[in-house]
Amino acid sequence: MRKLIFGLFIAILPALGLAAGAGGPLDTMEPDHANKASLQRGAALFTNYCMGCHSAEYARYKRVSDDLNIPAALYEENLIFTGAKIGELMQVSMSKDQSAGWFGAPPPDLTLESRLRGESWIYSYLRGFYKDDSRPLGVNNVVFENVGMPHVMVGLQGLCAVEPRIGQGANVDPLSGNVNNADACPEYAIEGSMSSGEFDRAMYDLTNFLSYMGDPVKLERERLGMFALIFVAIFFIFAYLLNREYWKDVH
Amino acid sequence: MQKLVSWIDERLPVVDAWNKHVGKYYAPKNFNMWYFFGSLAMLVLVNQLITGIWLTMSYNPSGEGAFASVEYIMRDVEWGWLLRYLHSTGASAFFVVVYLHMFRGLMYGSYQKPRELIWIFGMLIYLVLMAEAFMGYLLPWGQMSYWGAQVIVNLFGAIPVIGDDLSLWIRGDYLISGITLNRFFALHVVALPIVLLGLVVLHILALHEVGSNNPDGIDIKKNKDENGIPKDGIPFHPYYTVHDLLGVGVFFFIFFIVVFFFPEMGGLFLEKPNFEPANALKTPDHIAPVWYFTPFYAMLRAVTVDLFGLDAKFWGVVVMGAAIAILFVLPWLDRSPVRSMRYKGWISKVALAIFVVSFVVLGYLGIVPATEGRTITAQILTALYFLYFILMPFYTRMEKTKPVPERVTG
Repeated sequence: MRKLIFGLFIAILPALGLAAGAGGPLDTMEPDHANKASLQRGAALFTNYCMGCHSAEYARYKRVSDDLNIPAALYEENLIFTGAKIGELMQVSMSKDQSAGWFGAPPPDLTLESRLRGESWIYSYLRGFYKDDSRPLGVNNVVFENVGMPHVMVGLQGLCAVEPRIGQGANVDPLSGNVNNADACPEYAIEGSMSSGEFDRAMYDLTNFLSYMGDPVKLERERLGMFALIFVAIFFIFAYLLNREYWKDVH
Repeated sequence: MQKLVSWIDERLPVVDAWNKHVGKYYAPKNFNMWYFFGSLAMLVLVNQLITGIWLTMSYNPSGEGAFASVEYIMRDVEWGWLLRYLHSTGASAFFVVVYLHMFRGLMYGSYQKPRELIWIFGMLIYLVLMAEAFMGYLLPWGQMSYWGAQVIVNLFGAIPVIGDDLSLWIRGDYLISGITLNRFFALHVVALPIVLLGLVVLHILALHEVGSNNPDGIDIKKNKDENGIPKDGIPFHPYYTVHDLLGVGVFFFIFFIVVFFFPEMGGLFLEKPNFEPANALKTPDHIAPVWYFTPFYAMLRAVTVDLFGLDAKFWGVVVMGAAIAILFVLPWLDRSPVRSMRYKGWISKVALAIFVVSFVVLGYLGIVPATEGRTITAQILTALYFLYFILMPFYTRMEKTKPVPERVTG
């Protein structure tokens, strides 16, 4: 048995070294696909603020409506703007040729963005915009430098006047230990309709939704995984007993 | 039932075949856990074939449709996500068990006379497996699929004179394109699996002709009882079939943890850039092959000097090829009078340990971006990798071996 455990350890060894990530510091975001309310709010934000330009063309409205417990009629009425049927893929009407001309590159499809970049990256990026008059759109982003995307949620967040603090924790005075400013952005060039905390929560929801979009089957997969493992464990008990029975006479 | 069997047996030697390969195939009774990996490799092969067939039913092998069809499998096909994760995790699991299987061979001298052909068939299986994995990795048509294939096919371009034409011929285009995808698909799902299955049959036929080795490296056929049955042998069925079930249980437990909970394995089994569709105009920052190729990739990158007027890249390819080729002649490099590491001298033990560490660390170095220090480390480790083989004829003959017992020690 001890040899077996050693063998297992050897077997998983190759998995221990992991590929390194790149880029600057990020605020950590832990997605929660079981939080349907958060995912529903995220879906509303995504449809209203992102889907003007970004498609989610590998996903279907119906699947989102089913998974997030949004009644199909309600979904069609409020969250489909293109006239698509609910069974269709979540495409946008903006043509890629035009958008390439407008933004330098066509806005990428976001179905798999969370798996490409990671949730923490998206969460930080969405909160990383600031005023930069040297850029064509007047904004820049601390997570994605010189990004071609406008600050779509300026009406909600406002526009940060300086580079927001992302992935560095709160701004603490080194001498007194007092927190100078708990928010990522110390001063705003344009005020938004949400407070800093409200906006962070909204971006959490949106990131959570994108995380769900990247891996819609996650909850179901992990639920089934438990059954699969329990089955294998029971199978192993019988295999062990059977093996012992056969081998007891072999010396 | 009995009548049916005898009816068939009169026309096809099924009973004979069953007895030769299973029912009366006498395997040494002292197999340890290292002997699970052969049957596990068969299990993974079956998994790859079955899930692969079902994936083919919904996959679209074209530059325009491949990426979307994989997501279609993941989202719209019933149980498609499970089929795909079983297949993608199975690819990595295949290499895990094959590497452990090969290590077992190194440890117990399973390649030594009279098992040279088994080893060579095994090495051919490993080669075909690498080709199979490489071509399969292009099929999702993500960024890493695309650029990984670009890098590897370009390696052929390093060969003097014919190189550029050769890589053009392999791609069927001036860069990786839908043409390449289609031919890789054909090779991945039809040609290579046929070759692979054929080699597996040869591997097992050759094994059953000479009999299995064991952790003591003893020839059990030397000690037979009055019925001509090896005293240290037991019938493969039922003893090792029930025994292998244990291995299957443990394997599936680990395998399912990955499939159901960590299908990307932190970017190791499914690399993150592969969640973006292939784009010929956008090179990823860092191109790394999947983990099972990285030891050889590290060797390729470790060669940095131009020699005899030929590019360093060419010599890198040569080193990489030699690293695999040298494994083929292993049976003739080992001059030790004993097979098993248990009875070899300390030099062999140290050499094997250094070899394993070199291979694993090279694997790590092949994943991470190259720096100056890492390149030097990779160069040293590449040298150690080759020294293990090149010095083997000397240290195996020189060292003092322990006496091998007459009967297996359990």
